[in-house]
Amino acid sequence: MLDTAKMACGVGMLGLGLGLYGKQARALPPGAIRPPGALKKDDFLGACVRCGLCVRDCPYDILSLARPGHEVATGTPFFVARNKPCEMCEDIPCVKACPTGALDPALTDITKAKMGLAVLVDHETCLNFLGLRCDVCYRVCPLIDKAITLELQHNERTSKHTRFLPTVHSDQCTGCGKCEASCVLEVSAIKVYPVALAKGEPGSHYRIGWEEKRKAGKSLVEDRNIIDLPDRLPEGVKLEGHSDPGGRLKSRMSDEAPR
Amino acid sequence: MTAIGIEAIQAKGWWATHRWLLLRRLSQLSVMALFMAGPWLGLWLVKGNLNHSRTLDVLPMTDPLVLIQSLAAGHAVERNALLGLAVVLLFYLIIGGRAYCSWVCPVNVVTDAAAWLRRRIGIRGSAHISRSARYWILGMTLALAAITGSIAWEMINPVSMLHRGLIFGMGAGWMVILAVLLFDLFVMSRGWCGHLCPVGACFSLIGRWSLLRVSAERRDSCNNCMDCFAVCPEPQVLRSPLKGAAKGAGPVVMSPNCTNCGRCIDICSKDVFTLSSRFNNPVSMAGVSATAPK
Repeated sequence: MLDTAKMACGVGMLGLGLGLYGKQARALPPGAIRPPGALKKDDFLGACVRCGLCVRDCPYDILSLARPGHEVATGTPFFVARNKPCEMCEDIPCVKACPTGALDPALTDITKAKMGLAVLVDHETCLNFLGLRCDVCYRVCPLIDKAITLELQHNERTSKHTRFLPTVHSDQCTGCGKCEASCVLEVSAIKVYPVALAKGEPGSHYRIGWEEKRKAGKSLVEDRNIIDLPDRLPEGVKLEGHSDPGGRLKSRMSDEAPR
Repeated sequence: MTAIGIEAIQAKGWWATHRWLLLRRLSQLSVMALFMAGPWLGLWLVKGNLNHSRTLDVLPMTDPLVLIQSLAAGHAVERNALLGLAVVLLFYLIIGGRAYCSWVCPVNVVTDAAAWLRRRIGIRGSAHISRSARYWILGMTLALAAITGSIAWEMINPVSMLHRGLIFGMGAGWMVILAVLLFDLFVMSRGWCGHLCPVGACFSLIGRWSLLRVSAERRDSCNNCMDCFAVCPEPQVLRSPLKGAAKGAGPVVMSPNCTNCGRCIDICSKDVFTLSSRFNNPVSMAGVSATAPK
């Protein structure tokens, strides 16, 4: 009885230590990206048997298994985009190699992969933001004009040029990391982050009016029910269709003035 | 007292006294070489590591413990891993569950080295933990997988750490392996493989029903030199088959913790031991007749 208790406590201590260590080690550092089709963080660590077959079957030798001492959970596959980005093979050999489904076999179209999300993190050093035409991240993007577009903006500094701002679209970006790998700066201004880290999320009740209008094919509010807010207009000017409570406001203010 | 094995070497010669040991080292080396041929020579006979491997791009093999942990973590495992499990179960059901430990596992080389050094240096004392601790740890790894939803044991498992490390890069893993060596050498005799390792414990469960067994077939000619007990990594498994004839125990080592390493076959000057099957286990008549009158 005492022996059993001793054993249970001893092994329990070991388990507790390991559990806490495992909890810490579960966090993936932002620079490390999982192969395409990887299950979500926690599910992945319960599914991956650390065999390295994905590493072996990657024709571009991009993946590696984390070594003890790395920040990534020991034995699990990852790649660092800045060193070698994913080449997005059409037949996705890494996913096919996975024996357990830690890399989800349901992923058959590599353009639907979500390894991470590219973010143009630094607007201060990005050459395009400075008004130059670098465009490299945009040019190398396998989903050019879909995952990265160049949005035009007036260049206030020169006041006669246009800034071509590389803009990532999260619904298209696969997180392959080509943009991060090819950024010409010493330290890349565009970086691939885990989606959860990179993406904002509005409240679930939040609706974007024009999106809803587009979906419904018409405006969801009838025009006559719209309460128009007062427009501040120069004195005496009248604008058709706008309420102009200015006069009323003014008279009330003058009423209140003596107090 | 003569040194261990001297009697056998005098009786049978050096080669016959080290035959199984050398075969075993050859097996361990060959398994490692098969895995290394890919990364070193570009000869991809076997890909992966002991957790899961693919031989000649067709034959999958999966480590049972890592797969059970994945299942305990709540993951619905894909077909290839399950096929690999079936292959491994079948294989070790034939050649003996813990044959994995002594013929395949790379940590065995480390702990055997520790045991050999221990004998050479003459380190006597040893911390005591029950040999059943490994089953507790096995249970803990499964519970931990279920609670955390991840294969937590793989964070520190020295077996896969060493094997994966040799193939994919060791990192700081060598420190864990060194710790195992020092633990076995200074803290506990046969500590890791014989008391703690849950991978071995898992394979011993398969070994409960496995076919190939060591048998003390000619136990009548035993001269009580005790060399087999000295070299056996799990000496408790020898007691009953070797000395239990009077109690009616058969000569076959039926304990699931026997690793089928064959070291006892080597070291015995009287050739008491041989490899046999679990079914070739006649219950001793001496025992039956002794207990019959009661």
